[in-house]
Amino acid sequence: MRYETPASAKEAAGLLKKEKGAAFLLAGGTDLLVKLKMGIVEPDLVVDIKRIPKISDIQSSAKGFTIGAAVSGAELGEHAGLKKAWPGVVEAANLIGSDQIQGRATLPGNLCNASPAADSVPALIAAGAKAIVVGPLKKRTVPVEKIMIGPGKTSLAKGELIEAITLPKAEPRSGDAYLRFTPRTEMDIAVVGIAISLKLERGVIKKARVVLGAVAPTAIVVAAAAKAIIGSKLDDKALDKLAAACSAACNPIDDKRGTIEYRVRVAGVLAKRAAKVAFQRAGGSL
Amino acid sequence: MSKSTLVSTTVNGDAVEFACPTDESLMTALRDRVGLTGVKEGCGTGDCGACSISLDGRLVCSCIVLGVEAEGRSIETVEGLSQNGVLHPLQQNFIDHAALQCGICTPGFLIAAKALLDRNPNPDESEIRYALAGNLCRCTGYDKIVRAVQATAKDMRKKGRS
Repeated sequence: MRYETPASAKEAAGLLKKEKGAAFLLAGGTDLLVKLKMGIVEPDLVVDIKRIPKISDIQSSAKGFTIGAAVSGAELGEHAGLKKAWPGVVEAANLIGSDQIQGRATLPGNLCNASPAADSVPALIAAGAKAIVVGPLKKRTVPVEKIMIGPGKTSLAKGELIEAITLPKAEPRSGDAYLRFTPRTEMDIAVVGIAISLKLERGVIKKARVVLGAVAPTAIVVAAAAKAIIGSKLDDKALDKLAAACSAACNPIDDKRGTIEYRVRVAGVLAKRAAKVAFQRAGGSL
Repeated sequence: MSKSTLVSTTVNGDAVEFACPTDESLMTALRDRVGLTGVKEGCGTGDCGACSISLDGRLVCSCIVLGVEAEGRSIETVEGLSQNGVLHPLQQNFIDHAALQCGICTPGFLIAAKALLDRNPNPDESEIRYALAGNLCRCTGYDKIVRAVQATAKDMRKKGRS
């Protein structure tokens, strides 16, 4: 196994592209090195991106935030500005694994591992996050919802990697939230995850994004669920419609963590709770 | 077997060099090449926390870090906790509260508990349980560990020592 520490994202992309054998990108390693240990992957090349300048930085500007691909969950949780602007994104990222995992795990890693139950992904999508994708020749900006295309599969071409995730500036009177259900409180995988981002105008929901995780092969944007609460003050009728739309959008698996029926039902219940949290964070009163 | 690479690090304050294959975990390198067997292997997949270390001040599972990633980094292990033969208050309280039985998980718990107390000198029980959720103990039932951490927090706040 060759181990390389390129000095730029472009150089990393070139190394990944050129390799004829099995090539993997290493950031936090919390998925890759487990697969290595278990013999699921046998890399010929591992490209560690952590030595790339600025790749471990969170930059904030008038446009929003640019989060480098090697920024860990713990660092996200310690960034007051990011937490204030996008609390749902930060709480979703911080739910992944233990403190030890938080010390290493990254947003692009969670995204590119492409688990249907990835906690940070619904929150990123709800927030309108974009991935800065670097290839050997060009750079492109891709909405996060276009990255994962199925369990373990992404739309990235050979040689492409995510250099950073961008989040827009949070609008005034907006709020986001992420909730997940797991059989155990910690160190578990979501049975249902739900992220809701919304914006208020005079106490009424003006815009909303509702994204479910762990109930379909990828995270899903549920337009009908957003429609159910737009124009409302999150009254009981709107909440019931939201829950029904979320349950209807589910296409889950049956497994030891939850049956299909259970996941469908819980999706609706969690949707109501997440909507209330986001609404209150936006300054709405229930 | 991958080619060996020379890695220069700081371990518990001392400059340490070791050579390890590129696919070897930092846990294995610390145990077998540096001789720090306080770093324990439990699951080997980042679930149990027995191999917990501090890497550049960040709590991590050393079983899911490559040895070569440690180049230029600073590592702290359980071996660095005691000072001049005096046990760290966490170590003393683990003994006093019988917070260990077989001891395999103990170094990881000590490192994780220290990471918690470094950033939060006055954690409540629930914060302690969350902070230690990445460390598994199959002997104690956790209660004595939580008590030992609470007692340490109290002692350290009194003495102002970290």
